[in-house]
Amino acid sequence: MENIIVGKAYILGDNIDTDQIIPAEHLVYSTSDPEELKKYGHFALSSVPTEKAGLPDGGKSFIVGDNYQSEYSIVISGSNFGCGSSREHAPLALQVAGVKAIVAESYARIFYRNSVDGGFLIPFEGNEKLNNKIKTGDEVEINLEDNSIKNLSDGMVYKLPPLGSVYDIVKCGGLFNYARKNKMI
Amino acid sequence: MAMTITEKILAKAANRSYVTPGESLWLDVDVLMTHDVCGPPTIAIWKKEFGEQAKIWNKQKLVIFPDHYIFTKNVHANRNVDILRQFAAEHQLPNYYDVGTERYKGVCHIALAEEGFNVPGTVLFGTDSHTCTSGAFGMFSTGVGNTDAAFILGTGKIWEKIPESMKFTFNGRMPEYLTAKDLILQILGDITTDGATYRAMEFDGEAISGMNMFERMTLTNMAIEGGGMNGIIAVDGVTRLYLQEIGITQFEDFTSDSDAVYHSKYTYDVTKLEPTVAKPHSPDNRDTVKNVEGTKITKAYVGSCTGGKITDFKYAAKLLLGQKVKVTTFIVPASTQVAKQLEAETISGISLKNIFLNAGCTIAESSCAACLGGPSDTIGRSTDGDVVVSTTNRNFPGRMGSKSSQVYLASPLTVAASAITGALTDPRKFL
Ligand code: SF4
Repeated sequence: MENIIVGKAYILGDNIDTDQIIPAEHLVYSTSDPEELKKYGHFALSSVPTEKAGLPDGGKSFIVGDNYQSEYSIVISGSNFGCGSSREHAPLALQVAGVKAIVAESYARIFYRNSVDGGFLIPFEGNEKLNNKIKTGDEVEINLEDNSIKNLSDGMVYKLPPLGSVYDIVKCGGLFNYARKNKMI
Repeated sequence: MAMTITEKILAKAANRSYVTPGESLWLDVDVLMTHDVCGPPTIAIWKKEFGEQAKIWNKQKLVIFPDHYIFTKNVHANRNVDILRQFAAEHQLPNYYDVGTERYKGVCHIALAEEGFNVPGTVLFGTDSHTCTSGAFGMFSTGVGNTDAAFILGTGKIWEKIPESMKFTFNGRMPEYLTAKDLILQILGDITTDGATYRAMEFDGEAISGMNMFERMTLTNMAIEGGGMNGIIAVDGVTRLYLQEIGITQFEDFTSDSDAVYHSKYTYDVTKLEPTVAKPHSPDNRDTVKNVEGTKITKAYVGSCTGGKITDFKYAAKLLLGQKVKVTTFIVPASTQVAKQLEAETISGISLKNIFLNAGCTIAESSCAACLGGPSDTIGRSTDGDVVVSTTNRNFPGRMGSKSSQVYLASPLTVAASAITGALTDPRKFL
């Protein structure tokens, strides 16, 4: 696992539910067929209302045109990210779209578990509201060693709380790798 | 050491004498439930991770209900059901309820109760966020994703963080214009959609004791709308009677200790509560029906795991008897058993089914239908700028179909009253 994650930030508000992350009508594609899998990336965050897509200004599509990957690889959001349904397609869709990490004020339990146990992306909890300090398009750098996020566009550094007990699973890249490493399966 | 009902059940599942909120423990799972949306990816992960020789930890404990995308021409959706069918045949699964057969049930959370998988004191995990519904039976139940489910499928185990508990006590006897839906919408307005994140929501009080199992399931169903890990109601005479009727008499009956520690406690007097709605676009956007009365609607919807049970239809039928609806109104029984009950149950000698048909409603086949939008040919799906009043549990943007539609969540009484007038209406007008 890389200790430094660098990428462009995509900023969202509070309560981004799983229907906004991947609308239910798209849950029918195969997750094991590489071509169909791309659809999940293509429709990632497609139900976020336009004015709230890519804050502070909004109106910035996460995915442009026919692409299935986004130019943004770090999502910074408010509270209760991933609330709603249990669909693991949500962190999967973000991963397919190229998201490496999310920094949110707080998460809904199932989304958080899915991100960690499925090894899709790293869910950081922010100590403070970062979605009004960083702008969509800013280049940011997350450092897993000293638990911080730096806005390369303005040099500001913010502390992130350590991942805690799930860090072991994150490091292994998911629940199954973790269980194999610990001889549980 | 004093514990809550949730802590006691989890302690048992973790083979411990006690547990403390915040610790992460490995649990033994009693039942794993999945459906057509999350079942196929769960099976795929299980096969990939455990290899071609992958074994199901316990076939008796695996329950599969196709229910989400059932009556559609969408080829991908149909393929999902084919995958389940093939998997069930290959492994000779005893608890697969195939669509198109006598065994077909409909929405999983209701079917779990009807088929006797909700056993007090046990631990149930499901690949659906509303798995918390089963907590109405004094058991621990919660939703997980496909990776966690695949892990359970192979091992029967999962890690979980022991939740703190919140207690919600409803004093007083329920007035006839209120239903369990009004109570849970009241709570959600108070705690908001993340007020119970990673916590257990425990319900008790005189109003709860007076509720049948279906109404109780409306409360526990929507625990997840507050972010709750689980919702739970201790076993009482009502629970025992329901279970006895379906042949379940052996179970462990846990209760919270009187000195158990809670994160917080909320107390309500139900006689002071009003018919309540959640306005677009969040289940915690609470208001009284009175305050939004007169808002024009284009569709009304009675259905889903939270609002498509027999009691929900009894409430709706009480108001729709002898009336005509002014807007397109969908009646979607959650399960095939509920659909049969619509024909058997009567008010003034008329079956609920005929009451709905006479009123001009459209009755759909049992499934999740438009509760979560679904493929474009899904019955009841919201289109364009629809304004829907619905007994379902979520009104996030686009949840029922169109991203530009607006959904008001309300009790079956409020939905029926509004269907009659074509605008949001306080049910007291017709009671
Ligand atoms: S009825 Fe709605 S909420 Fe219930 S399981 Fe189906 S889609 Fe989910």
